[in-house]
Amino acid sequence: MTPTMRLMYLIAASLFILGIKGLSHPRTAVRGNILGAVGMLLAIVTTLIGYGIVSVWVVWAGMVIGSVAGVYLALNVPMTAMPQMVALLNGFGGIASLLVAGAELWLQLKETQFEGAASPTAAFGVSTGLSGLIGGVTFTGSLVAFAKLQELKWIDNPQFVIPNRNLVVGLLALLCVTAVVGLSREPTNPLIYAVLCVLALVLGFLLTVPIGGADMPVVIALLNSYSGLAAAATGFVINNDVLVIAGSLVGSSGIILTRIMCKAMNRSFINVLFGTMGGGDTGPKAD
Amino acid sequence: MGADLMVFVTVFVLALFVGFELIVKVPPTLHTPLMSGSNAISGITAVGAVVAASSNSGLAAVLGFFAVAFAMTNVVGGFLVTHRMLGMFKARGTGTPGGH
Repeated sequence: MTPTMRLMYLIAASLFILGIKGLSHPRTAVRGNILGAVGMLLAIVTTLIGYGIVSVWVVWAGMVIGSVAGVYLALNVPMTAMPQMVALLNGFGGIASLLVAGAELWLQLKETQFEGAASPTAAFGVSTGLSGLIGGVTFTGSLVAFAKLQELKWIDNPQFVIPNRNLVVGLLALLCVTAVVGLSREPTNPLIYAVLCVLALVLGFLLTVPIGGADMPVVIALLNSYSGLAAAATGFVINNDVLVIAGSLVGSSGIILTRIMCKAMNRSFINVLFGTMGGGDTGPKAD
Repeated sequence: MGADLMVFVTVFVLALFVGFELIVKVPPTLHTPLMSGSNAISGITAVGAVVAASSNSGLAAVLGFFAVAFAMTNVVGGFLVTHRMLGMFKARGTGTPGGH
């Protein structure tokens, strides 16, 4: 990465900080949002030029499809349905982090197999695992939040409320941690990563499905924080500072916002954090 | 690599602290827009996605392509939706006294 690129990324990161700051005051909110958008544009343009990928059609195809979908969703959602729209978009960010980490793992595998490159470090494996884990939980968790707020019928299926939910969730979490440890030993093992992603997707679903619609805004705030952390983990995977900074900012400021919203809505922050919010009637709670 | 990793860890931790200090008080009307705007920023993973999509390995490019599409939806939709939500704040000019 050239110094010029790093400088541009630094400017983008600074714009993100100013953007989040601006968004927290009524008077500067509109400007804050625009600053964030300018920072994002700068980061993406820097990447396209810096990596010399301006002419890759796959990249443009993805960007056009995503932009059109984004504009369509943003302009067609009624004002009353904003929270679930945020949830949906948040889920998309989570799955994107999972996919990027998977792609990078595959590239590293090819390089070590065919080009005799040195095997990636344990840190690479752990970062990849965390991207998949947090990204996967964010994706399905956000989709459940979207479905609940949209009042889609299928999501309130009583069969989703499984007995001993806390035990199952605990076991799944343990398996996920085991998979991350596995990746620290075999950083380019695609099988471990695939299994981890599936476990994470199931975990995200189970964590959010018992929670009632009234509590969902707080849950979305927490999932928003998670998607930031997933992006930061992806930054470690691909060695890119702008992902690390932006993801970290959203991760920590998202936690603070979750706490503020909990206080405003009279919810327990700890309960939201550990997903025990809707767990009242699903058997004994872990303290 | 070892030194490089520590630089990243340092940046990560410092940025965490910045994020913790960034938001102090948020009026309830701004809860959703703030969530939405910072959500768009977490679409920064688009930067990683375009790099992955441009790779010459088939599977990585396919995963990257989907990642780009998802991340760009997150980014573009996120900033636009936030802008729409904030439409009500634009009515108040920046110069009006007695604002927040």
